[in-house]
Amino acid sequence: MAKVSIERLKKTFGSAVAVSDFSLDIADGELVAFLGPSGCGKTTTLRMIAGFIEPTAGTIRIGDDDVTHMPVHKRNTGMVFQRYALFPHMTVSQNVMFGLEMHKVEAAERDKRMRAALDMVRMSQFHDRYPRQLSGGQQQRVAIARALAIQPRVFLLDEPLSNLDAKLRLEVREEIRDLQRNLGLTTIFVTHDQEEALAIADRMAIMYDGKVQQIGSPEALYERPTNLFVADFLGKMNFFEGSIMEAGKFRTKNQRDIAIVGADRDTKKVGVRPERVTLSAEPQGPNALAGVIDTAIYLGSIIDVRIRLDSGESVSAQISNRGGEHIQHLSDGARMHACFDPADCVLFSE
Amino acid sequence: MQTTARADARIASSAAPRRKSRAPWATWLHRIFVVLMYLFMLSPLIFVVWLSFFKDAILYFPPSGYTLSWYHKAVTDSAFVNGFITSLQVAIIASLCGVTLGVAASLGIIRYAFKGSNVINTLLLSPLLVPGIVAGVAIYLAYLQLENILDMDVVGTYGGLVLAHICLTIPWTVRLVSASMHGLDPSIVEAARNLGASPRTAFWRITLPMLRPAIVAASLFSFVVSFENLELSLSLVGPGRTTLPIAIMQYLEFNLDPTIAAVSAIQILLLGIVMLVTDRFVKLSQVV
Repeated sequence: MAKVSIERLKKTFGSAVAVSDFSLDIADGELVAFLGPSGCGKTTTLRMIAGFIEPTAGTIRIGDDDVTHMPVHKRNTGMVFQRYALFPHMTVSQNVMFGLEMHKVEAAERDKRMRAALDMVRMSQFHDRYPRQLSGGQQQRVAIARALAIQPRVFLLDEPLSNLDAKLRLEVREEIRDLQRNLGLTTIFVTHDQEEALAIADRMAIMYDGKVQQIGSPEALYERPTNLFVADFLGKMNFFEGSIMEAGKFRTKNQRDIAIVGADRDTKKVGVRPERVTLSAEPQGPNALAGVIDTAIYLGSIIDVRIRLDSGESVSAQISNRGGEHIQHLSDGARMHACFDPADCVLFSE
Repeated sequence: MQTTARADARIASSAAPRRKSRAPWATWLHRIFVVLMYLFMLSPLIFVVWLSFFKDAILYFPPSGYTLSWYHKAVTDSAFVNGFITSLQVAIIASLCGVTLGVAASLGIIRYAFKGSNVINTLLLSPLLVPGIVAGVAIYLAYLQLENILDMDVVGTYGGLVLAHICLTIPWTVRLVSASMHGLDPSIVEAARNLGASPRTAFWRITLPMLRPAIVAASLFSFVVSFENLELSLSLVGPGRTTLPIAIMQYLEFNLDPTIAAVSAIQILLLGIVMLVTDRFVKLSQVV
C-alpha cells in the first residue's frame, strides 16, 4: 500500500468545470470517503486517480510516483465498480485470475493468491460459478476479491453498495471496512450516502459543484461544519439569520436574541442541530424560545417535532423516545420552549 | 450450495411479471391463431419439399406417384453443382470479410461517438433499404467505370462478385454487433484495464468474447443473405461463374419439373442444419 497525494487537480469538459482545485493527501492505510450529491465531481476525481480520465491540470502521486499521465493498466490500482463489472464469460476464479495473469504472477503463486482472495470474501465455494449465477452481494464480493488479488497500491471503490438492498449494503460495508483495516489498504470510497461515509471513513471530503467543501473526520465535519452546504448536507440543521450584537449575543432578523459562544463579527447565520434542541413547558437555560408545536411525527426511536416560534421562525427538534410521560405532552398545538445550549450553536459567515 | 442457486433462480423467476390468466376460449383462440400463422409461414417450405417427391415431370395434382429421381438429377446436374460451389465460396468469403469489416465499423461508431458517426451508421445500413436489383445495376455501372480506369475486368469476375456481396453482408453485422455493444456495461472493459490489461489485451480477452453471440449470429445471417442472393448477382456474374440462385432461375426459364423443388429442398435442409448447429453454440433468439 502507498500514500496518495493529489495536488490542485482540475478537470474541465469544454466549458463545464467538473473538478477544480482539488488537493488532498491520503496517508498509507487510510480510508477517505468522497461524499457529495450526484454531479459534484467525486466520481470524476476517482476516475482521474484510476486513470480513466486525463486531468486538465494538477498532479496525482501514488507512493513517490507521479502517475498523472500514466496509462490505466500501469497504475496498479484496484477498483470496484457500482455495477460489479465482472467478466460475464468467465467463472469466478477466472475473473480473479485475470488480473494475476496481467501482472504476470507465476502460475503456482497465481492459484494460491486467487484462493486466498476468494477466501477473504467467503466466496471460495462459488469458484466455478459464472457471474450471472450469483446474487448482487456475491458478485460485488467477487469484484472486491478480484481488485485485491493483484495487491494494488490503492483500493478504489465507486459507489460499491448502491446496487445492493439495504441489509446487504450494511453487511458488505462492514466487510469492506474489516478488510481495509486488516490489510491496511489505502482506500478511496466514493458515495452519495452520508451514513455510509460516516460509518466507514477515517476522513471524508465533502464535495459540491466540483469543489471540496470541507475535509476532516466524520466527527469534525458533523460537529464543526465550516459552511452552510456541509451543515445542511450532513444531517439536518436549524438556521437563524441575523447578526452579532456583542460577544456571545446574536440577534435574529426577527429581533430575537440567541446566546452563543464566540464573537466572530462576520457571523450572518447561527445553526443548531435538531437533536440538540430540547423541549420543555418552562423556559430552561439561556436559549429558550417560546412557540407552539406545529407537527409532532412519531418515528419510533425519535419524535420529529416542528415548532412555530412566537417570533415567526420554525425550529425542528428531535426528541429521543424514552416512552411514557416524556413524550405524551408532545401533541400538536401544545405551547413549548425550544431550549439549546450556546455551545451547540455553529456560526456561519455566509 | 446447489440449493441456494436454485432458490435464487426461483426468486428471480417469481419476480418476473406473471402472465395474466385468460378465459379458456381465449386461450384456444390464441392457440389456433398461432398454429395458423405457423402454417401460413411454413406452407411454401412444406409444399416445395412435397413437390420434390412428385413422380410426374409436369406438375400435376394429385401426383400419380412419388420418386427420388429428381434429387438424383439435382445432384448430378453440372449447372446446379457448379452453382452450389460458387455460391458456397462467395458466401463464405463475403461473410468472413463482411463480419470483420462490420465489427470494426460498429466498434468505431459506438466507442468513439465521433462527429458524423450517425451518418456513417445509416450509410452502412443502406444496402438493406435499396432494392437489390437497383443496387445490382448500380454496382454494375460502377464496375464498368472502374474497368475503364483500371483497364482490367471487374464485371463477371469472382472478385467483383465477392466485393458486391460484402456490401450486402455488412449491414447485418453492423446492426447486430452495435446493438450488442449498446447493451454492454463499459465498466467491464474498464475493470480489465484497471487489472493491468493493455487496450489491445482488453479488446481480445474481454470485448470480443462478450460480442461472440452477436458475431456468430452476424456470420450466419451474412452467409444466408449472400448464399441466396439473386438480384445483386444477376448483373455481376460472368460465364461459367453462376451462383446457385441464378442456376435455378435459368433452369426455370425452360423447364418446370420438380428438379427445382429438389434443389430448393436440399438448400432448405442445408441452411436449416447450419442454423441448428449455430444455435447449439449461441442462442440466436437472445441476439436477434
